[in-house]
Formats: sequence, C-alpha cells, structure tokens
Amino acid sequence: MTAKIAGAVLLALLFCVPFAVQSEFWLSFWLLVLMYAFLGQSWNVLGGYGGQFSFGHALFFGIGAFGTAILQVRHGVNAYAAGAIAIALGAIVGGAVGLLVFRYRLRGAYFALVTLAFAEVARILISSFDYTGSGFGMLVPLARGVANFQFEDRRVFYVIAWVLVVIGALVAWWLENSRFGARLMAVRENEDAAQALGIDLIRTKVCAITLSGAMAATVGVFYVQNFLFVDSHLAFGPAMSIEALLVSIIGGMGTMFGPLFGAVVLHALGEAAKQITGNAPGLNLAFYGLLLILALRFLPNGITGLLSRHPARRSPESTHA
Amino acid sequence: MMVNFSLLLPAVLNGVTTGAIYALIALGLTLIYGVLHIINFAHGSLLMLALYAAFFLYTLAGIDPYVAVLILVPAFFVLGYGLQRFVIQPTSHGRDENILLVTLGLAIIIDNLALWLWTSTTRTIDTSYAFEVIDLGFAFIPLPKIIAFFGALAFAALLWALITFTDLGRAIRAVARERDGARLVGIRVEHVYAMTFGIGTAAVAAAACFLLPTFYVTPQVGYAFVLVAFTTVVLGGMGSFVGALSAGLLLGIVESLGGLYLGESLGQLGIFVIFILILLFRPMGLFGARA
Repeated sequence: MTAKIAGAVLLALLFCVPFAVQSEFWLSFWLLVLMYAFLGQSWNVLGGYGGQFSFGHALFFGIGAFGTAILQVRHGVNAYAAGAIAIALGAIVGGAVGLLVFRYRLRGAYFALVTLAFAEVARILISSFDYTGSGFGMLVPLARGVANFQFEDRRVFYVIAWVLVVIGALVAWWLENSRFGARLMAVRENEDAAQALGIDLIRTKVCAITLSGAMAATVGVFYVQNFLFVDSHLAFGPAMSIEALLVSIIGGMGTMFGPLFGAVVLHALGEAAKQITGNAPGLNLAFYGLLLILALRFLPNGITGLLSRHPARRSPESTHA
Repeated sequence: MMVNFSLLLPAVLNGVTTGAIYALIALGLTLIYGVLHIINFAHGSLLMLALYAAFFLYTLAGIDPYVAVLILVPAFFVLGYGLQRFVIQPTSHGRDENILLVTLGLAIIIDNLALWLWTSTTRTIDTSYAFEVIDLGFAFIPLPKIIAFFGALAFAALLWALITFTDLGRAIRAVARERDGARLVGIRVEHVYAMTFGIGTAAVAAAACFLLPTFYVTPQVGYAFVLVAFTTVVLGGMGSFVGALSAGLLLGIVESLGGLYLGESLGQLGIFVIFILILLFRPMGLFGARA
C-alpha cells in the first residue's frame, strides 16, 4: 500500500514538472523518463505479471515506430490514423509471436532468446529495403499542427506521456484486480498448477503479449511524433529491449508503479553519473548493468520492495539447497 | 543449374574452419548449460573480452595469439570461476530467471566498459603469416584458418578427455545428472559449478586466440557471436557435446554458402531463422533436460 501511495504522489509531482521547469533540457529528460516508464509497464504486463521474460521488446517498439513512419511518409496517411494502425500492428505482431512461441511451449530462457532473435530478424529486414529506409532511418517531414500530431509546445507531448503512464498504471491495477490478471499471475507462479485449475495457458499468455505489444508500439508511435525520426538500430536494437526490462526489474516486477520508480531512479542516477564522468559513451549503460546486478542481489523485489512492508511479489523460495 | 565447384569448395572449406570456432565457443556454452542448467548470456561478451586480451598481448607485448592461448586459457578459467562463485551464484538466489538476468547484466557491463575503454574502433592485428595460403590442389586455404580449425578440434578433444577420464570430469557429470545425489556422496557442488563455468570460459578464450589472426575485434562483436553460439547449442541439442561440434561445423558452412549466394546481410538472417525454427519445432528435445 505504501508503494502505491508513493507512486501516486510521484505521479502528481511529475504532472507539475512542465509548469515548474523552464529548461528545455530537463523537460526532455522527464519526457523520456515517462516514455520509458510506459515502455517498462508494457514489459511488466508480460514479464512482471505473466512471468514471461522478453529480451526483444524492441520488436514491438520498432513495429509501432516504423509502422507509423512508413504509413505517413510512404503513403501519406494522417498521423493519427497511422498511429492507430501502428498500435494495432503492434498488437497483431504480439499476438502472432505469442501464438507461435507459446503454442510450442517455449518458456523461460528459450522465450527470452527467441524474442531476441525475432527483434534481430526485424532489424536486419528493416535495414535491407529502401521502402523501410534501408538502414538510414525514416524522417517524418516537419509539419507543425494539431492535425499532424506535431505540437510546437513540447509540454503537450509531456502531458500525453504523463497520461500514458497513468493509463499504464491503470492497466496494472486492472491486472491486480481482474479475473484475467489472476489467471495471468497463476500462470506466472506455476504453469502446471494453473493448467490443472483449468486455466488456458496459451490463451492467457497470448492475451498478455498482445496487450504488451500494443503498449510498446504506442511508445514507438509517440517516439516518432516527438522526434520525427527513427532508424532500425535505435528501434530494434538491444538497447531498447534492455531499457524495457531494466526499468521494470529495478523498480519491481509485477507491481503497479514499479516501472515508474525504475525509470525515475535509473535515469536520475544515469544522468548524475553522466554529469560526473562527462559524456563517455558506454559508461552509463555499464552503470545500468551494474545496477541490474545489484538490484537482483540486494533488492529481489525492486524499489517497490523497499517501500512496502509486505513484499509485492513473494518469490518461491530457493530450491537451490 | 550449374554449380561452380571452384567457388563452392573454397566456400565450404572456409565455412568448416569458421564452424570449428563456432563449435568451440558453443562447447563452452553447452557445457555450462548441461551442468548448471543456465543460459550464459555473457558468453559472447567474454569472447569479446578474450579477443581484446589477445589483441593487446600482441600489440603491447608482442605475444603471438597462438602463444597467448597458454596465458589466456588459464586466465579466463580463473575469471569464469570467480564470476560464477562470487557474482552469479550469490546474485541468482537459485532462480533460473535471475541467472539469465545476472548474465545479461554482466554482458551489458562488459560490452559497455569495452566501448568506453577501447572505443568502437574496429581493430585487427597484422601477423607475418596472415596472408599465407596452403594449396590443397582444388582450393587455396589461408594458413591461419587451418591452424584455427585444428586448434579448435584439438581443444575440443582435450575438453572431451577432461570430462571423460578425470575425477573432475566424473564429478561434473555426476552433478549434471543428479545434483543432490552428487552432494550426498561428498562432491562439492558449488565448486564443481564454478569449475564448469571456468572451463566454459576457458574454451571461449582459446576460441578467441584462434579467431583473432583472421578476424577483427570491436566491443559489439560479442553480441554477434552470442546468437550464433546459442543457435549452435540449440541445433545440436542442449548439453550435447557431439551435437554442438557437428552443429558448429554445419552452421559455419550454412553461413559461408549463404554469404556466397545471398549476400552478407541476408546470410546473417539465415542463422536467426534457423534458430527460431529449431526452437519452435524441436521443443521436446530442448526441454528433455529441464523436465
């Protein structure tokens, strides 16, 4: 409960950022934090509540980003329609990957590896054709205006990102309080027991990855509207996949505000490290890796576990004698 | 369709020599999987680290990569032992997902520290023998590739002998088969785990030494190898020694022929597609050891 109050307070504070902060730099910084918090929430739906660890969430982010960029640039589709189609595509790809992978009973490390391979296949394919920007990326032409989903004032994007994070928290709340969520968490805790209770494993997991895919694609769409550019390495590369799982794990898997805590703490520490060490490429990511290991070692329930008296996710005790 | 043998044969031979290296890398991975039942995501990053170590031994100390085997194999054995004993084991709390995440964390740290320390510049070494070729009558093969091929096979044979004939090998096989039983008869399981991880890491160091004279090193090179190594292991059957060896050779040939006929970018795609297909269509074989 404490963690939820802390999360709500944090959300309220974050809402005030664009009105309190004048600097363009810090507005962009907190905008990215919110974006990664929602991306982390998308990972959390599948990984935190469903126990299926994806190492290739960049796939869905990239589908959203390239989906909307291609529709706008190559086919002149209106930005809102393109965004909606791209999000639907994210859901469809999520469902298709889920159907394929879960039907063949891939789980644990194999699920992680096969999602990684899917993201790599997408990256290579997107980099290979002119239609998809062939490695140089896609540039959405600048045309400011509400009709084009391009806002002069960055604060509008900020508020949209904030609303997304609120929606993400509501999705998590729904999972914690719905029958579907109960089924999903039962699958996470013990697949065999869940199946014995009559839970349709494949259907439950496919629903979760579909929802997760749509959410990650939403981040991709938002990214493109905000930066008007995307390339295949950025969209489908390992860094985006790692970002998605890192904020969720460090914040606390399977908790409502875990990804938000994770994104805020991770990026605040990352930015602090950058200020101290100067702009050394690689060093901040190495720092993230170190935080991941420290979190696994000392905070098995993430930051949320620190805040709440009752561990949010009780781990099945070690079978490792 | 005409098949041009003067092109095909060198490509196959080239693939076989690369495949022997893949096999050696995969042997380390499959050994670790077979005993600890963990997927070591940092395997590729450790390969990258070993490539840099061999590179700096050559450029700074003038030690030939083939001689560096004698230094790097023990050094990486110690590194692997320490990683398992003091980082992976205490951090994982015995849960499979955690082990995967810890090794992912290690991979992130190693890759990005390398990027920070040595920048993303592609580095190669110039040895006197780099361009020497052997005329086989029907094809020319660069000498370093031949050395790599036989070196990798010799190291694989050594590993096999270690597992088959020594007390340590017997302990490793006992722990792989029945962990609790092994503990009951007095085998120090944690020690065996760390020894296994050390041996797997040492195999990577040997592969790096054989690879460097005909290859290059960048901080990202491990990422490219990690999926190839997983594909090899999965194709050959998790934990299978002979499987990894033959799958490595096969993948080397597939990649070489794919590169010849489809171009480099799409040839790369072939490995991932094989990986996904194998994971999807041979699930029972894959989970046999886990059930």
